[in-house]
Amino acid sequence: MAHSAAAAYDKLIFELSSPGRVAWSLADADVPEADARTLLPAKHLRSEAPALPEVSEFDVVRHYSRLSRMNYAVDTHFYPLGSCTMKYNPRINEDMARLAGFARLHPLAAEAVAQGALQLMHELARDLAEIAGMDAVSLQPAAGAQGEFAGVLMIRAYHRSRGEKRTKVLVPDSAHGTNPASTALAGYEVVEVKSLANGEVDVDALARTLDTDVAAFMITVPNTLGMFEPRIVEITELCHAKGVQVYMDGANLNAILGITRPGDLGFDVCHFNLHKTFTTPHGGGGPGAGPVGVKAHLEPFLPVPVVTKAGDAYALDWKRPKSIGKLQAFWGNFGMLVRAYTYIRTMGPDGLRAVSDNAILNANYIMKRLEKVYDIAVPGPCMHECVLSARRQKKLGVTATDIAKRLLDLGFYAPSTYFPLIVEEALMIEPTETEAKETLDQFCDAMIQIARETETTAAVIHDAPLTTPVRRLDQTKAAREPDLRWSRRP
Amino acid sequence: MASRYIANTADEQKRMLGVIGAGSIEELLVKIPAKVRLARPLGLVPAMAETDLIRHLKALAGKNADADSHVCFMGAGSYDHYVPSPINHLVSRGEFFTAYTPYQPEASQGTLRTIYEYQTMIAELTGMDVANASIYDGASSLAEAALMAHAVTARNEIVLSRGVHPLYKRVTATYCEGPGIRLRDAAGPDGVTDLEAARKVVGAKTAALVIQTPNFYGCLEDVAAAAEIAHGAGALLVVVADPVNLGVLEAPGKLGADIVIGEGQGLGVPLSFGGPNLGVFAAKKELVRRMPGRLVGATVDSDGARGFVLTLQTREQHIRRAKATSNICTNVALCALMATVYLATLGRRGLVRVGELSTAKAHYAAERLTKIPGISLRFAAPFFKEFALKLAKPPERVVTRLAKQGFLAGVPLKSFDRALADCLLVAVTEKRTKAEIDGFAAALEKAVA
Repeated sequence: MAHSAAAAYDKLIFELSSPGRVAWSLADADVPEADARTLLPAKHLRSEAPALPEVSEFDVVRHYSRLSRMNYAVDTHFYPLGSCTMKYNPRINEDMARLAGFARLHPLAAEAVAQGALQLMHELARDLAEIAGMDAVSLQPAAGAQGEFAGVLMIRAYHRSRGEKRTKVLVPDSAHGTNPASTALAGYEVVEVKSLANGEVDVDALARTLDTDVAAFMITVPNTLGMFEPRIVEITELCHAKGVQVYMDGANLNAILGITRPGDLGFDVCHFNLHKTFTTPHGGGGPGAGPVGVKAHLEPFLPVPVVTKAGDAYALDWKRPKSIGKLQAFWGNFGMLVRAYTYIRTMGPDGLRAVSDNAILNANYIMKRLEKVYDIAVPGPCMHECVLSARRQKKLGVTATDIAKRLLDLGFYAPSTYFPLIVEEALMIEPTETEAKETLDQFCDAMIQIARETETTAAVIHDAPLTTPVRRLDQTKAAREPDLRWSRRP
Repeated sequence: MASRYIANTADEQKRMLGVIGAGSIEELLVKIPAKVRLARPLGLVPAMAETDLIRHLKALAGKNADADSHVCFMGAGSYDHYVPSPINHLVSRGEFFTAYTPYQPEASQGTLRTIYEYQTMIAELTGMDVANASIYDGASSLAEAALMAHAVTARNEIVLSRGVHPLYKRVTATYCEGPGIRLRDAAGPDGVTDLEAARKVVGAKTAALVIQTPNFYGCLEDVAAAAEIAHGAGALLVVVADPVNLGVLEAPGKLGADIVIGEGQGLGVPLSFGGPNLGVFAAKKELVRRMPGRLVGATVDSDGARGFVLTLQTREQHIRRAKATSNICTNVALCALMATVYLATLGRRGLVRVGELSTAKAHYAAERLTKIPGISLRFAAPFFKEFALKLAKPPERVVTRLAKQGFLAGVPLKSFDRALADCLLVAVTEKRTKAEIDGFAAALEKAVA
């Protein structure tokens, strides 16, 4: 049995239901109460009340409080999930996003009575453009994947505006899965480019692949092995010489704040993950925000509307005939924008630079402490994350998954596993700048302990996790016999 | 000055560099070519102290007319519904909001279990077999539904009712551009879809017919008749529905929908200037392997105990890459948690009560407002909580004037449909009181006189 106190609690909210309990409070009708049944034709009315739970308010609060305790989270555990930048989420951000003037603002409020919100958006777009060395930024994409999609669509619209019909986009085999998925969604054929053994772009192979059919080359900087691409300027120049646009996946922007800028490296487009670099919380899977920045030649294609400023007045500009259109019903994940704005103003230019410096320092420290017991994917120094391979441990029967599960027992969330795909038994570790040295030491001690256990007492690894609310779960059963909703069992 | 979000002191940095074997952090940056290094500090506003920053943001927030400072009669896809207090407290638990996608299920059972509850509640409300863990918003959910219908039927046209939210249509058009899916309109001359005209547009090329109820203008559509037309042509029926209405309105699944999508903001999610919202997505079980987004399933652990995992992941981008059903990765899980807590709190009877009160108050308001000379109901079709008024004065000017009197009067329809330039869309939720509605009527009467 699992040993956690949380394990004792195995209820779903439906299983707490007791007919007649209420958790809500609504005033009696003060208008002449007219029955919906007389106001609306019968065919529109629900024949059976929805089978939702009937519980008290305290039932609700205790149930979800208990469920919350079954999670590992940044607040409670070191969470070195590579490529996700699980840093501390400042509380002032939360307070500011909840100010009534922001949280209670209707999206279609007239511009004249939404000036504060529009000003914040205008200033945030300007700040992000400065951070990335881009000329213009759209805040509309809801997440990184939607930012990628918007960026690729702008590239497509740009080529078309020049009468060019390019059909392919090049994506390295080390890329995040969203890169090929977003590119395919935008109507392009995705051509995978093999990386060198050290994860870098094979520049000679790239040069041979670039032709007038290629619309764009999409890469992550630093790359998904945590390394800065040393020949990046050569790469962007090579692409431009063939009329190819270059897209930077900004997932790893936390490594380069104030050090170098995508625009200065020659990129035409890049997106930002505000939930990574700019401290908006990950929310258990979202919401995030994925603003996209472009150079001037792509600006006409930005999603509508664009926030503009004339004199002291801010407005939403819809009159942009070359725009790729809309991505969300409204203007972007505004609540996340407030948080990111608050963070950038908290940090200032020197603070942001210190973020990257310390993120890099922390990652290199971990890599150095672990390089003797685990294989490292590529020799350092690394940037903000490092990739280890458990291939040595695998020979002894311990996989990256096993190591991840054992870490849970030792009080840490796991690194990203099996990504990037080009590294065997990959463990991708991103500590972020907000973690203290003693936490990094505890984590490294745990990793070293696991490496030792691999050679001596591997059973303890294979049995892990033992301290979590449940033990290893049967994924095959879940997929073969999908049980995707609760129903009352007889 | 040290930052409060970075722990390393100068001394600790020195010790760490000692272990690494580097003299400085600068030495770790050797791979970055010197010519692309930024030679100056970023041109940003210098760091602000917490109290100064709060003052600054409060000043910005204070420039906005929000639904606390004003009485809100605005809707058009975003509504001022009742938000029970526990929601904000529960989603503010760090264990929820500072976790990420539950890649390690054993350490993420809290999130996984809430998503499973959410999927169950949405499937129940919509009358569908399965719901996913969320899409960004109602508009992107519709776009994903169009892509899914295209993939399922191998057909290339989507027919959209004129009553579908115009901004949802624009987003769908953006998503359909790449795959080359053609969007066609089914006309609606009097507030609701002209189903006989739709029948002529829906045919062998149609992947799906899309209908929204209540539609953008607040009018109720005949979903069952639309289903008959779609299915008669071998197409899917996609219904756009606001889940907060489904305590009173029939589940679209019972009326023949194959996919139900909608904006879940009304389920306890803040207005927040339009985002983050909650994209609801539900479908019949035959379609589950073509669904976009995350799905949570129940399973057992190695001791046989119940547990929950992300499942059917071979649909998703991190496995299937260019052939994934969707590019979505990060979704809006925390908004789905708000909706879960909301639906747990309102429960079986509360959600029905929300719908009943909204309907009663909206009909009272419509009757009261249309007694004013110069104001009439634009459409004759039955409505639920929202309706279009025809005004004798330009709606934009009326809205500006009423904002000064403390009312967010509604949404002028001119920018959505030029033919409705004299119309104002008014929404009335269960939160509005008779006194607020009467006060609104008095102010409106003066404004149109």
